[in-house]
Amino acid sequence: MSRDVPVRCDGGNDSESRDEERANGPTNFLLNGNARPRWLNDILIIGKATVVVYGVFIGLGLAAGLDMNGIVSTLQQVTLLAASFALVVLALNLHWGYTGLFNIGVAGFMAVGAYTMALVTAAPDATFPGLGLPLWVGVLAGLVASALVGFLVALPALRLRADYFAIVTLAAAEVIRLVFNSSALHEFSVLGVELGTGGGQGMSFPNLRNTVSRELLYVGGDPTAGPTLFGRPFMAVGDRLELSPSVVEGWVYTVVLVALVAFAFVVITRIGNSPFGRMLKAIREDELVARSLGKNTDRVKIKVFMLGCVFMGLAGIVWQGRRGYIDPNLFLPIITFYIFIALIIGGSGSNTGSVVGAFLFAGLLFEGPPFVQRIVDATFDLPHPPTVYDGAVALGDLDPMPLLGYAVGELPNLRFVLFGAVLIALMIYRPDGILGHRNEPASPIDLTKERAPREREHAVADGGEEDE
Amino acid sequence: MSDATTEEEERERGQERERTEQAMLHVSNLEKRFGGIVAVDGVSFEVERETITGLIGPNGAGKSTAFNLITGVYAPDAGSVYFRGENVTELRPHQLVDRGLVRTFQISRELAGMTVLENVLLAFDEQRGESLWRPVVPGARRAVVRQERELIDRAWEILELFELDHLAHEDAANLSGGQRKLLELCRALLTEPTLLLLDEPMAGVNPTLEKKLLARLHELREQGYTFLIVEHDMDIIMNNCETVIVMHQGQVLARGPPEAIQEDERVIDAYLGGEL
Repeated sequence: MSRDVPVRCDGGNDSESRDEERANGPTNFLLNGNARPRWLNDILIIGKATVVVYGVFIGLGLAAGLDMNGIVSTLQQVTLLAASFALVVLALNLHWGYTGLFNIGVAGFMAVGAYTMALVTAAPDATFPGLGLPLWVGVLAGLVASALVGFLVALPALRLRADYFAIVTLAAAEVIRLVFNSSALHEFSVLGVELGTGGGQGMSFPNLRNTVSRELLYVGGDPTAGPTLFGRPFMAVGDRLELSPSVVEGWVYTVVLVALVAFAFVVITRIGNSPFGRMLKAIREDELVARSLGKNTDRVKIKVFMLGCVFMGLAGIVWQGRRGYIDPNLFLPIITFYIFIALIIGGSGSNTGSVVGAFLFAGLLFEGPPFVQRIVDATFDLPHPPTVYDGAVALGDLDPMPLLGYAVGELPNLRFVLFGAVLIALMIYRPDGILGHRNEPASPIDLTKERAPREREHAVADGGEEDE
Repeated sequence: MSDATTEEEERERGQERERTEQAMLHVSNLEKRFGGIVAVDGVSFEVERETITGLIGPNGAGKSTAFNLITGVYAPDAGSVYFRGENVTELRPHQLVDRGLVRTFQISRELAGMTVLENVLLAFDEQRGESLWRPVVPGARRAVVRQERELIDRAWEILELFELDHLAHEDAANLSGGQRKLLELCRALLTEPTLLLLDEPMAGVNPTLEKKLLARLHELREQGYTFLIVEHDMDIIMNNCETVIVMHQGQVLARGPPEAIQEDERVIDAYLGGEL
């Protein structure tokens, strides 16, 4: 009977084992094929990216003759920026990578989180007053506000097709930024309580980074009172490497951020690898099919949009809000596009890719060029012609130094050219990003290891392993 | 005199209600316009319980539009749809699926970027892991994993039945046209429907598999499923359907058993062109 059925690949053991190979695929074999569980693989990949970025910065730092304090401080700044990016890229991956919601208003949702925290925590007697509540209340309020604003934007926007949805999110983000920028909210009062965003001047509130790191590092948050149990290893390492207290404090805050990234990673991965994640993927592929299979896609989209906005709000708080000062220029649309570049580099749809992309973008593309410029300026005595024209003219005299000097001087601006070049190269050689091609079926059980009952009888199957 | 009229009206209304309640699906005066075109123009018909009903008609007769109106993809401009006696005209597609009214598409809509196994797993109804918090919270996730184990086993069963098991790990985009049709049918059956609307389910399916599928449909009908099928292959319709509905230019031209339809002058003129 099966002789007449071309869709069925009937045959002996031979063809079946070949089938199995094909099912695993060459990419799976490289990235996933060994017995290592998925999560361990992911950590290894992220670890490799970290080693690469750290290696570059340590190498550059040594070349520039930085001391230990300088190198550790540089690594801290890079890690902080990378972790901040990773947090918000993961959130965007939940929207765009998993569900296909083309949200280009990321910066706006970050602004909601950061400004809400600022208004809740700023001192009542400050130039631009707030409620003066403790920081943790401010952080919680920021997250709740992000979720609510996400809900409000989602209600009308999710009825629209992908491109219109994108326009609505971008517009919403700009509206949010301009509201905080407006002189109407410079100083205002609600129910007799004086508040103020400071408009374009920005507003000050208690320094989140210092408060968090000192609370964790010292007993009672007092630098003279000695280290806490958590702070002791940090202080020990700091003493051994002769680091300044501010560098140690910076690292403590960075570790907190990395922990938040790990939390977001676990939460979003668990959502992705579940029947809920399967619905997200189905919505991305063809929403009508999901609806025709009985899934209430509107509710799913609202839920996932709100959750993503909460993580974006969190990123806005711990990243842009960490210095105790914010202004509307921290939330320009360009921030959203940086985040998209990071996600595209890493590969949308993959959480591991999101983190790797954030690390490579923040480390190599964003922080790298200015760092190189500082080092080159400090080490070599290059001429600094005021325009590219002077450099080009000097080339005529076979003197490349003025042009080189100009390029190095302009490195922080030249990185925008670099972003473009990297994106074009990606589109040509790696359109799915670094890890976007990976086969990651949405299920709490690793489906790639599942074998059909018919095959199980023949093959020594390692299927059925639960990846919890 | 007036008493008699009321009684008669009452009886008529009673009959109407009975018909509505007895029929699995009752469509009444359905109408849909696209711009100047009247795609569906006052269509009424019933689909009886536990039957296979065929819906035929030339291209552009309004068959697929009628499907989209019944399944809530389009909102009708006029008319109503009753499913098991309940007015479901205003309901959304996923609500209809919850009640047991499920459809497949004329042009297969497989979820291309997902594997065949994922496609099938998506279809199961009321999965614990379809809430946002359960897959995240450690204790609750265990129950999600346990259910997933069961679902995977059931998925393999149906994949074997439809001879798609060797393709389980392929992306659905790599399937042939016929295989996509099978995958859609697989998915639709897993939503536990009572009435299945199949839009050209046999297009692109090879003859042997077609025979098997038809046998499977008859089996399912005996188990209590009801089918409404759009199909261009006259042999399939005439040999397998209890009732055939013929649509032409947005209207129902004829309705009856296959033998009667084959001899219906209007149908032959409009559609069959005297071939049969």
